[in-house]
Amino acid sequence: MSKDDAHHPEPPTDLEARALALESLLVERGLLTTAAVDSVVAKFEQDIGPTLGARAVAHAWVSPDYKRRLLSDAKSALTEIGITEHQAEELIVVENTSSVHNVIVCTLCSCYPWMVLGLPPTWYKSAPYRSRAVLEPRTVLREMGLELPQQIDVRVWDSSADIRYMVLPMRPSGTENWTEDELAAVVTRDCMIGVAVPRVPASVG
Amino acid sequence: MNGAHDMGGVIGHGGLDAGRDERAVHHSWEGRVNAMMRLLLARGLFNLDQFRHAVERIPASEYLASAYYERWLTALEGLTRESRDETIALVEHRREARFAPGDPVIVRNVYTKRHTRLARYVAGRRGIVESVHGPFLLPDTRAHLISADWEPVYTVVFKGSELWGDEAGPRDHVSIDLWQSYLEEAHEQGRRSPPRAADRS
Repeated sequence: MSKDDAHHPEPPTDLEARALALESLLVERGLLTTAAVDSVVAKFEQDIGPTLGARAVAHAWVSPDYKRRLLSDAKSALTEIGITEHQAEELIVVENTSSVHNVIVCTLCSCYPWMVLGLPPTWYKSAPYRSRAVLEPRTVLREMGLELPQQIDVRVWDSSADIRYMVLPMRPSGTENWTEDELAAVVTRDCMIGVAVPRVPASVG
Repeated sequence: MNGAHDMGGVIGHGGLDAGRDERAVHHSWEGRVNAMMRLLLARGLFNLDQFRHAVERIPASEYLASAYYERWLTALEGLTRESRDETIALVEHRREARFAPGDPVIVRNVYTKRHTRLARYVAGRRGIVESVHGPFLLPDTRAHLISADWEPVYTVVFKGSELWGDEAGPRDHVSIDLWQSYLEEAHEQGRRSPPRAADRS
């Protein structure tokens, strides 16, 4: 293709063409509208992502009362801080401590706490993660850059039913005077899946 | 069903070394497939277990070779062909909780071509009920529009060694959420303590 053609769109791939055909058919049958699809796409691109979960974690770190509520009734606790995008699934927040480290997986499909983390990363949906997280969690975590002490218990949560799980990581030391926004910034998506722990940048901590 | 999707504990799928793919979607059509699935589910064109079963029915070699939203697309194409967009009233059943936290249970060995959320790696294994949730609709009948069976769901905890033998880390535990129909009482022969894999030898 010459440079002059660069402004022309590429021909659609097979999958793109199939998705387009499906959408047209569904619109034609009156089962959805293009505008509704656009709006859900925009919601996942702009509104729903790991910053929501991170806000809840940071708030729990500064407020013991909120932490209790987040661990006992996560949906209400999220609603309290303005996170209201729930559907039928239940959400349970599980707490990492100095003796237990929690990891989330879905071995049967790729169930994920999307209401607080957005859409899952590709590795979470991959066969290596789904097959091995239950079998050899410490090895998987090591491959992902997290070495856990031998004496700590590992608890893998296989979310096989209608309950979704999110990990409440431990607050890192050296963050005693941090604001909630500063705290939320170190709570990554991976920390809330349980394949990482929050790190304080060396220059700060 | 015991198919390619039922991946827990399967060996041979490779590693998770550096360079792992962090992206949620790679192409814009994937975001649209995600949106279409959620809209049709909310509309009730199918339920979540019908959708999951449609994904599970993808032939194994194709399932393993497909990207995540490609499987969703294939499932949606099939469901769109099959579904009539009408509400079918199912007979409802409600089952009282049979187990309580602390109870030892054995997971039934369900081998079916139908949909189930009983992962094969826990079939026949002993665990301890940690908590009780729901009731939720039993996927096995909901996926095939047989009946609407409201049941408790239990978080059942297994020692690594119960699932994977001596290779398991001594401090590793796995929990999985199981519908009541998947569980049987563990007959403890006068013993109340949690079962250990070594006890079976």
